[in-house]
Amino acid sequence: MINKVVKNAKEALEGVENGMTFMLGGFGLCGIPENSISELVHLGVTDLTCISNNAGVDDFGLGLLLQKRQIKKMISSYVGENDEFERQMLSGELEVDLIPQGTLAERCRASGAGIPAFYTPAGYGTEVAEGKETREFNGKMYVLERAFDAQFAFVKAWKGDTAGNLIFKGTARNFNPMMAMAGKITVVEVEELVTVGELDPNQIHTPGIFVQRIFQGKDYEKRIEQRTVQTKE
Amino acid sequence: MLSKQQIAQRIAQELQDRWYVNLGIGIPTLVANYIPEGIEVEFQSENGLLGMGPFPIEGSEDADLINAGKQTVTVLEGGSLFDSAMSFAMIRGQHVQLTVLGAMEVAQNGDIANWKIPNRMVKGMGGAMDLVASAENIIVAMMHTNKRGESKILKTCSLPLTGVGCVKKVVTNLAVLEIKNGAFYLLERAPGVSVEEIQNVTEGTLIVDGEIPEMQL
Repeated sequence: MINKVVKNAKEALEGVENGMTFMLGGFGLCGIPENSISELVHLGVTDLTCISNNAGVDDFGLGLLLQKRQIKKMISSYVGENDEFERQMLSGELEVDLIPQGTLAERCRASGAGIPAFYTPAGYGTEVAEGKETREFNGKMYVLERAFDAQFAFVKAWKGDTAGNLIFKGTARNFNPMMAMAGKITVVEVEELVTVGELDPNQIHTPGIFVQRIFQGKDYEKRIEQRTVQTKE
Repeated sequence: MLSKQQIAQRIAQELQDRWYVNLGIGIPTLVANYIPEGIEVEFQSENGLLGMGPFPIEGSEDADLINAGKQTVTVLEGGSLFDSAMSFAMIRGQHVQLTVLGAMEVAQNGDIANWKIPNRMVKGMGGAMDLVASAENIIVAMMHTNKRGESKILKTCSLPLTGVGCVKKVVTNLAVLEIKNGAFYLLERAPGVSVEEIQNVTEGTLIVDGEIPEMQL
């Protein structure tokens, strides 16, 4: 089996440069590549375009890159819960492209699947469709959306093997599998890195073919954004 | 006049057996508390969960298991987990029978605006545009008027749109309205609210056909 393992985040992020476009997995703070984000902060690369459903909170997730003004443009579907983001957006320091969540997911998937563009009903008749080609199919209107193009995809999985096969847990899966498909270089950090043969091939969510580099992550905080519980009766 | 809980309770009466349902943030989330006896529905959360259960018992919350509002949740037996592309395939592919969501404005042609107020901080549309562009049944849960007492039930939306011609039913704190033929049809009144009171705060064309019954909650 082809071995994709690299030693750590530092090695995994080799080749990352200013001005690049990245995809970062996660929904809210769930399933975000914590180790890769820390390393991006450490490297201090700037003028980044980040494709990620959300933009973290002030002091965690992509908020850490925003604090250091490393992001030039965000492509997201929802960016609440982040004061620094709001400040940079309103002052014009940060460019923001808001797109429908399903369109974001499909533009990632299409990118990895060799589909340059696709028609979706989402956003037809709204400002999201402005300047885009529209077309009728079976009496309904659709908007042409294009696949993304990203140099790196940073993905977080629960378990992965040395060949890059991945298993996700719970709703931490979210955008990670499509971004794994789409990155020219897909960097995966896992909570548990195992040898080949330990994962059941029937249970693999993302086949290793999509993964270029994988490493054992460390010090996961896995912060909960909205802790909502019931008290025991 | 209905409370938010009562709006949710009234919307829950629209649920049908064997439906898959997506509930938006706010009042729509409360609909899950009022599922009618004797029917089975499954809740879809667009971040990748079908068969969503109640909030976890304190101490058993899992950072890897949240709903679309980023709240910790549980999965019921028979539930499933999937990625965002598959989740929106369920939505756009009309495998989800009902979407319930909030709105800032609804127009008599079925247009909905719920994501952006010009010159204010815009958080984004999340999955709302995908949901309204695709669902067979969309019920909007909202207050009939804004904080200044102005109607949110309009001839045309003034705010940037989320979707066009898609809303078929609206449940407000005052009324149940159906949208058809380019008008709002008054189906039911909230207990103690008169047709005239509803008429007074409805800017869009309101059709009142015969005796309008009170909602049964």
